[in-house]
Amino acid sequence: MGKVLMKGNEAIAEAAIRAGCLNYFAYPITPQSEVAEYLSRRMPEVGGVFLQGESEVAVSYMIFGAAAAGARVFTTSSSPGISLMSEGVSYIIGAQCPAVFVNIMRGGPGLGGILPSQADYNQATRGIGHGDGHLLVLAPASVQEAVEMVMQAFPLAEKYRNPVMVLGDGLIGQMMEPVEFPDHLKTEPSDKDDWATTGMDTRKSDKRNLVRSLFLDPVQLNENNLALKRKYEQMKKEEVRFEQYNTDSDYKVLIVSYGTMSRVCKTAIDMLGEQGFAVGLVRPLTVFPFPEEAVNKAAAKKGCEAVLSVEMSMGQMVDDIERSVRGSCPVHWYGKCGGEVPTPEEVIEAVKQLM
Amino acid sequence: MQSEVMFAGFGGQGILLIGKILAHAAMEEGFEVAWIPSYGPEMRGGTAYCTVVISDRPIGSPIIKNPLHLVAMNRPSLEKFAPAVKPNGVILVNSSLIDIDCGRQDVDELRVPVVDIAQKIGNPRAANIVALAAFVARSRIVSIDTLKKCVEHEFQKKAKLIPLNLKAVEEGVKAAG
Amino acid sequence: MAKLFSRPEALADQPTHYCPGCTHGVIHRLVAEVIDELGIRGRTVGIAPVGCAVLAYNYFTFDFQEAAHGRAPAMATGIKRVRPDLIVFTYQGDGDLASIGMGEIVHAANRGEKFTTIFVNNAIYGMTGGQMAPTTMPGQRTTTSPFGRNTEESGMPIRIAELLASLATPGYISRQTVIKPKYIKKAKQAIKKAFTYQLEDKCFSLVEVVSTCPTNWGLTPVEAVKWAEDTMLPYYPLGDFKTPENN
Repeated sequence: MGKVLMKGNEAIAEAAIRAGCLNYFAYPITPQSEVAEYLSRRMPEVGGVFLQGESEVAVSYMIFGAAAAGARVFTTSSSPGISLMSEGVSYIIGAQCPAVFVNIMRGGPGLGGILPSQADYNQATRGIGHGDGHLLVLAPASVQEAVEMVMQAFPLAEKYRNPVMVLGDGLIGQMMEPVEFPDHLKTEPSDKDDWATTGMDTRKSDKRNLVRSLFLDPVQLNENNLALKRKYEQMKKEEVRFEQYNTDSDYKVLIVSYGTMSRVCKTAIDMLGEQGFAVGLVRPLTVFPFPEEAVNKAAAKKGCEAVLSVEMSMGQMVDDIERSVRGSCPVHWYGKCGGEVPTPEEVIEAVKQLM
Repeated sequence: MQSEVMFAGFGGQGILLIGKILAHAAMEEGFEVAWIPSYGPEMRGGTAYCTVVISDRPIGSPIIKNPLHLVAMNRPSLEKFAPAVKPNGVILVNSSLIDIDCGRQDVDELRVPVVDIAQKIGNPRAANIVALAAFVARSRIVSIDTLKKCVEHEFQKKAKLIPLNLKAVEEGVKAAG
Repeated sequence: MAKLFSRPEALADQPTHYCPGCTHGVIHRLVAEVIDELGIRGRTVGIAPVGCAVLAYNYFTFDFQEAAHGRAPAMATGIKRVRPDLIVFTYQGDGDLASIGMGEIVHAANRGEKFTTIFVNNAIYGMTGGQMAPTTMPGQRTTTSPFGRNTEESGMPIRIAELLASLATPGYISRQTVIKPKYIKKAKQAIKKAFTYQLEDKCFSLVEVVSTCPTNWGLTPVEAVKWAEDTMLPYYPLGDFKTPENN
């Protein structure tokens, strides 16, 4: 199949089906309701499950129940809706179930706005809900990348028995770009009979399975949390993904930026190059685990005098960058967080102030 | 080489649709494209607009402050966006509804009474396609053949509208001179 | 010699943590007997609530999931939609179902989700230490209504069976009790009916079971039975409130 022109939200919906996920529960919220609209038509065509739940809270538990019963399942929402789902996500993490959550971020706090934002960075990278937990978080910068990351999210969730989030913003959801659905990213759901409540008859076993996040015994709970920690350490070893741009140049300023914002930064870097200024970019594709080593090396490169975090949030990523840079040069911030995507000209202005 | 086209008008004039058809046509011709809908403070006040970015290499910023071309379907959008258009771009003015000119000497202003033309061929709602075709004919941003194919594709689920819209393309091309 | 009484296969050989005079043990047994009689243990998934029955999964011998407070009906929905062949039930108390989980139960019932809910109503929060529930009786003293439930402030107790029976979607809604042996046979019949409707893929089913909580009521088990019979049953009448046939 060749390229088709699709809106990000619809492409995300189709990507899940192409990845082999036929179960979707959701609650409408702007700017991602097209996912639910699309799947309400498409799921019946492929024999899948579509259900509009009564709230994001309920939806997060429909996801939990279905995942715990061994199904490949996902949902999509936007910032305030993700906050409501955070309760269920915490249970899913604690009970070690795989599931995929897509957050098409809008501005906050509170109702905020409906325009693009990256203001849920801390929420997404710090595990969303209560307790010691994380999600593996993939951050696409284009509709094509959103498609690929959604398709990759399912096997990753199953590999770690942990929720995976695809963290986009309103622009990724609303924009149309040409996309392809790579056949090689279609995967078979993993075998879950050793832990999921698939029914004893189904798995021809006398051993019953129990899915829970409750461990009243402090030793057991500690062990469960250590098991989670081991998974996150493994993610840090095996799943870190990033892109470098113009880092072969003799840059004085290094930008760290992800998602839609990183595209604007690339254009700004090209324009700066035409003006004779070299600027490098490290773009995290996973914001958890964060590409610490890549950022560290790029910041420590000879000649680099400053690091600039460019984000559609008020400097939420600065902590992760500072932790990675480890003091080799100062870390600055530029961004907007009201719904306007900064223009390349504005990024250039911010970079020049550091030169 | 990158060009950007902004389509702007009232909600209901089919602005987003003609942007999508152009993006599709450019994709068919092998370009990288991005279609960005009204998604900014500008969307207030009943104005609909979208930007189509067409490039021969991967598109960086999809947020365009200064487009190369503008298709203005009503007066408020002409007044608002004409000053932002880059020099030497095309500004298509829907002269059925807009009685002022674009106020720029350094652009190619093309005035087409797209609503009147659409009315003449049987349906004023095809005015957006007339405008798109006239703009494409003048800017040569994609070929008219590809445009026709994409118009047909867009209306394949409402096949009885295809002849009308193909006629609209022809009339638009004619009007571009 | 014939064996007349034994532990159902679906019930674990495990002493429960429930207080003396509590009816959870009886209700667990009825559910287990019904599951045995219907031969569905190998395809059943139970969902434990938050509340005294939070550890219910320890007392049954089939697949179980543990929910968050009030969310069991949403989890049951998730399971049933992706695996309609499984038999799914939630086991919930009054704080869980009638307070924090009111949204989930009403919408699951209204969608006609084909699972079964066993709703244990003992007019109080048990596990958290005897706080007022939506089902607490007028004037009833609890740790958060020390002067008795003031209906001016807290309204009247919610009758869940009647409320859910008022939904236009077909369903099986019944209220029973197990506080005396004479009620138990009927309660079991209702639970069996509820599971049978699910097996036939007919409708949502819920059995409310009026129960006692001697510990948090501050009564002896015998006094508790009398109080339930005299105070609760007149307000919470027993019987089938709705069947798919008489919808």
